[in-house]
Amino acid sequence: MSIALLIEQLLNGLQLGVMLFLMAAGLTLIFGVMGLINLAHGSLFMIGAFACAAVAAATGSFWLGLAASLVAAAAAGALIEVVIVRRLYARDHLDQVLATFALILILSEGTRWLFGSFPLYLDIPSLLQGAVPLPGVGQYQLYRLVIIAVGMIVAAGLYLLIARTRLGMRIRAGESDREMIAALGVDISTLYTVVFALGAALAGLAGALVGALQSVQVGMGEPVLILAFVVIVIGGIGSIKGALFGAILVGIVDTMGRFLLPKLLALVLPATQSGAIGGAIASMLIYILMALILAFRPRGLFAAQA
Amino acid sequence: MKKILASSIFGLSMALSSVVMAEPVKIGVITTLSGGGAGLGVDVRDAFVLAVKQSGNEDIELVIEDDAQKPELAVQLAEKMIQSDKVDLMTGIIWSNLAMAVVPSAVAQEVIYLSPNAGPSQLAGDKCSPNYFNVAYQNDNFHEAMGEYANQDYKKTFILAPNYPAGKDSLTGFKRYYKGELAGELYTQVGQTDYAAEIAQIRDSGADSVFFFLPGGMGISFMKQYAQSGVNIPVLGPGFSFSQDVLPAVGDAALGVKNSSSWSKDLDNEANKKFVEAFQAEYNRLPSLYAAQSWDTANLIVSALSKASVKDKDAFREALKAADFASVRGSFKFNNNNHPIQDIYVREVVKEGDVLTNKIIATAFEQHGDAYASECKM
Repeated sequence: MSIALLIEQLLNGLQLGVMLFLMAAGLTLIFGVMGLINLAHGSLFMIGAFACAAVAAATGSFWLGLAASLVAAAAAGALIEVVIVRRLYARDHLDQVLATFALILILSEGTRWLFGSFPLYLDIPSLLQGAVPLPGVGQYQLYRLVIIAVGMIVAAGLYLLIARTRLGMRIRAGESDREMIAALGVDISTLYTVVFALGAALAGLAGALVGALQSVQVGMGEPVLILAFVVIVIGGIGSIKGALFGAILVGIVDTMGRFLLPKLLALVLPATQSGAIGGAIASMLIYILMALILAFRPRGLFAAQA
Repeated sequence: MKKILASSIFGLSMALSSVVMAEPVKIGVITTLSGGGAGLGVDVRDAFVLAVKQSGNEDIELVIEDDAQKPELAVQLAEKMIQSDKVDLMTGIIWSNLAMAVVPSAVAQEVIYLSPNAGPSQLAGDKCSPNYFNVAYQNDNFHEAMGEYANQDYKKTFILAPNYPAGKDSLTGFKRYYKGELAGELYTQVGQTDYAAEIAQIRDSGADSVFFFLPGGMGISFMKQYAQSGVNIPVLGPGFSFSQDVLPAVGDAALGVKNSSSWSKDLDNEANKKFVEAFQAEYNRLPSLYAAQSWDTANLIVSALSKASVKDKDAFREALKAADFASVRGSFKFNNNNHPIQDIYVREVVKEGDVLTNKIIATAFEQHGDAYASECKM
């Protein structure tokens, strides 16, 4: 095992983490401000990917598709908030989970009805094709580096938005005390719609970026949704900073586990068994990590105020 | 002359009377029509419906249900079909885990099940049944073919598959015929979408080729990421990841990949030409391997119905076992365990105009059965 391989795997972990951050940021923001558990967040990820693939196929431009994914996911998010989710804020979490789970089914079958049952094609734009030489690593896929950069820019942008703008101030106020900012005359329902649409747009962006790397198909959002929930539980529900650290931690632990565990077990077991057992343990690793963190920090690493 | 005429009129009237007297036959089709795996089920359903329509047999009544790729739902649907719809035959299941949940109890209730795709090793070996016919393949077959083919050019192959029973069957099948050394053997998570960690290990392993079995969206993700990674080692795989349902989503990344299959759209026989033409005319897309297997399943049933009544189970099973139908795969017959003995080909992904498709470049096995037939006491 070479140092180059180790660095490459760290980059892979970082890239996975950054992608998870785009999902988890919206999820944690929505929970923090509105107190809503949104299981349909993965469907917004899927909507972003489908919008990007459909527009890219029609126009031939990935970049137009990327813009379309933001618009489509934000619009779908705003629509869902106004029509359905708004009625759920006052109800308990179980009702929210039931309603948003129903939304997953409706959005999945709706997408299948619109686009058919077969996976769509979405390719990396020609500008970002291929691999680039990286010092100490050899070749590394350019597009993955771009995803890391985009994720970092979004993280910085979100920080500035929340720390420095009036909207951000209202979001922070909403996290601290919902009733009070409504009483102070802030139009709370518009704020909720904006936050939901922002979260949805981030999920849509993640979907479009990742859609070019994998298969654009119905149900692609659910595996990512589960990981995003692990991330916000580790990071502390409601905290953007927690989402960033949690996402990168989960990305790196998951990637390194998949890579190192079979190798470690191979020292004591025959190849076939070490591969199967190592793979099985690697898939549990982030959940073990989550359990450990919850045992010592029950409210996550960066718990927001209650 | 008179005698010939008389006998032929007699024969004709017999044939006519058997049509007139034929009782309705109910076939239950449980397949995946929603969710991520729906593309495969839609092909199975469409080909089956079209084959029945083209056969002109109006006694066949289809009961089609969607299992959403969930074993528990498939079991409920099967019970409903057997108990309340009273189906005579069942077919349609795509996935091995669903087949394992449904088939043993269905065949124990004397319903004949014909598999258009899944072929778990248990059902080919000690759990084989006279009521279970596999018209597709035994799960190991395509992987065995790739192992055999890899011997020609490669000495150090890196192999990977998802960590579930069919994934293990796959790598076992590959290793059964592959004589070279393994550069690495990996089991990935089921439903995994990112393969950066695995591709990095392939790059580092010094392999001269990669064999992977990653069905559905997993394979699409792997191929797209592999093509972009700058690793230029040749890729081999079973036909599932290069079937007509996924090729458009993989795109040019699949060009040139060698894959194994019992069927290809360019197989040169009358039945296949008719099938490809009819399917394209009806649905305006190229058929996949799953469509071909389903088409054969329907035609096998139609052929058996012309020989025996479905109510006479023994005679009907015998008529099925004879496999007296024009398979789109050319020669096709059943082994002692009711699994196919057929040729397995190596195909290469090529571009015809704008459309990605496969072309046969070699025959890996002629008249190939499966490794579990000897365990079947039947």
